[in-house]
Amino acid sequence: MGNTLFDKVWDSHVVTQIEGGPSVVYIDRHLIHEVTSPQAFAGIGHRGIQVFRPENTVATPDHNVPTLNQHLPIQDQLSAMQVKTLAQNTEKYGITHYGLGHPYQGVVHVVGPELGLTQPGMTIVCGDSHTSTHGAFGSVAFGIGTSEVEMVLASQCIMQPKPKKMRITVDGELQKGVQAKDIILYIISKISTSGGTGYFVEFAGSAIRNLTMEGRMTVCNMSIEMGARGGHIAPDDVTFEYIKGREFAPKGKDWEKKLAYWKTLKSDDDAVFDLELKYEASDIEPMITYGTNPGMGIGITGSIPRVESVDESTKATYLKSLKYMGFEAGTPMVGKEVNYVFVGSCTNGRIEDLRAFTQFVKGKKKAENVVAWIVPGSRQVEKQAKEEGLDKLLEEAGFELRQPGCSACLAMNDDKVPEGLYSVSTTNRNFEGRQGPGSRTMLASPITAAAAAVTGKVTDPRDLMY
Amino acid sequence: MPIDKFISLRSACVPLPVENVDTDQIIPARFLKATTRDGFGDNLFRDWRYDKQNQPVADFILNDPKYSGRILVGGKNFGSGSSREHAAWAIHDFGFKVVVSSFFADIFKNNALNNGLLPVQVSEKFLAALFSAIGKNPATEVEVDLETQTITLLETGDSESFDINPYKKKCLINGYDDIDYLLSIKDKIEAFETGREN
Ligand code: SF4
Repeated sequence: MGNTLFDKVWDSHVVTQIEGGPSVVYIDRHLIHEVTSPQAFAGIGHRGIQVFRPENTVATPDHNVPTLNQHLPIQDQLSAMQVKTLAQNTEKYGITHYGLGHPYQGVVHVVGPELGLTQPGMTIVCGDSHTSTHGAFGSVAFGIGTSEVEMVLASQCIMQPKPKKMRITVDGELQKGVQAKDIILYIISKISTSGGTGYFVEFAGSAIRNLTMEGRMTVCNMSIEMGARGGHIAPDDVTFEYIKGREFAPKGKDWEKKLAYWKTLKSDDDAVFDLELKYEASDIEPMITYGTNPGMGIGITGSIPRVESVDESTKATYLKSLKYMGFEAGTPMVGKEVNYVFVGSCTNGRIEDLRAFTQFVKGKKKAENVVAWIVPGSRQVEKQAKEEGLDKLLEEAGFELRQPGCSACLAMNDDKVPEGLYSVSTTNRNFEGRQGPGSRTMLASPITAAAAAVTGKVTDPRDLMY
Repeated sequence: MPIDKFISLRSACVPLPVENVDTDQIIPARFLKATTRDGFGDNLFRDWRYDKQNQPVADFILNDPKYSGRILVGGKNFGSGSSREHAAWAIHDFGFKVVVSSFFADIFKNNALNNGLLPVQVSEKFLAALFSAIGKNPATEVEVDLETQTITLLETGDSESFDINPYKKKCLINGYDDIDYLLSIKDKIEAFETGREN
């Protein structure tokens, strides 16, 4: 029996297997940010030990940072404290730190790939569930808790049981107006937010292969939203091309050697998965969520399910969600009021996302009733957007390009959607209060967000495309 | 830091019959700004527990004096969402030692175990029986025995066994911590590093 891509990467990183217990897994790359690392560093200090392999960890602040006037001191005292603590800890233990103002600062999951820190076959962890993003390169990447951040700092290892394996194949051509984000929202709407629990997912099939690296990152980013440990895609020429020449990519002879190894990273033909699911790309419409978990998504031309059609076991959740969202069962999504539009985050804050959004709003005007936040995922994305003139085009359409960070994805900074108001957001979570207390979030792709931004209501982006 | 030892517990329960309780509800992001592990219990279920004026919401279970105890009983798919360990800290800091549900999100389960908070996964049927018994009598007591891996509804004697990784079980019973173990196998880790090909 052959091995899956997951087996190949995981097995080659097992330092030792505890009998009846977890594997001790060696970690190649560890990314840290200001929110989930301070207690881990405190633990290291408390034990009186050093960071074992400081060169394998890279830090950048993202969750708390303001997206305007980043050169000024952070107003919120607690946020300022976390950002400062990260700078102090990394300084103390000799860890690379891209602080505010550094040209490489940004959302950790945007920064890793763009610097070439993320490579096929690596094990990558971060105290953040969307570490799954890095799986787009054929790595095994997943989010960990702060106790595990401390483990990595102390020993460059974590202890985890090997998850089960699932393969999700999406074959065929995508319809016009359908983006990577729609693929993953569609999959989650089919298998629910717990359908992937206990599994590590490999995404495969022609529709996945045809995505750019950025699209693949969007898909893998949200694998955690189906409860999966992580998700990945076998590396191919698209992957290698993307990595080549980046800051921390292997160079020269080293590149050749790595490349030869990376080419072996795919599931064998006779590999067996614990679960296989298959979908048709042509079935996927632009998606939007109507509820308070990412599994509550429907095609944009659809209506919110009727009460009778909802499974008895999930009815309570469903009713609670609709009440929170202020939506009525059976009503169509198109035409619903929108007050805020947020484009950004580790799901859709990369240059292609900004390009797609800008392309869509170019020559149109932002709707009066909409407040829009366009937040690049990193300083590099911001710089490139400016070089390409996207900021100007956005401005002409009534939008403003802000500075990088997680921003309204989790509203730890000032970018909060006010209570009771509706946001169409390119992020990954529509939980109650996620974008600010009482905020109501609809998840969608960058172009569906763009359609909402120019019309002021939920709109099928295809209606505005020609 | 060594974790609390856990052998067995007999306690009343606090019922939260809601499915998909996500980590943003357990501890909203705006309360994640501390740099220590303490005090998160104050903001446990903050937005369900307090209204906009910061007044306790009378009918939320944590504000209802009828319910007490160190066992939190939640609906299916408990702890989904973020990897924030603050969720486990908040529940533990509030005083819970056990969370019961018919299904847990992976990262939450790991985080709980790493902090001496025992996640007990039971069948849908047992969970329904628990909710119904607590509904009838808020003082209903439950016993959780880690040694025998059983959870028992004392009133009726209804009992079910639960799974736990044997290694994690040993850690909890003895109050061991993974980092002590990892530090003790440093030689092996170094040997792994030198022996790697890729
Ligand atoms: S952008 Fe959002 S999901 Fe991504 S790391 Fe930041 S807070 Fe988490």
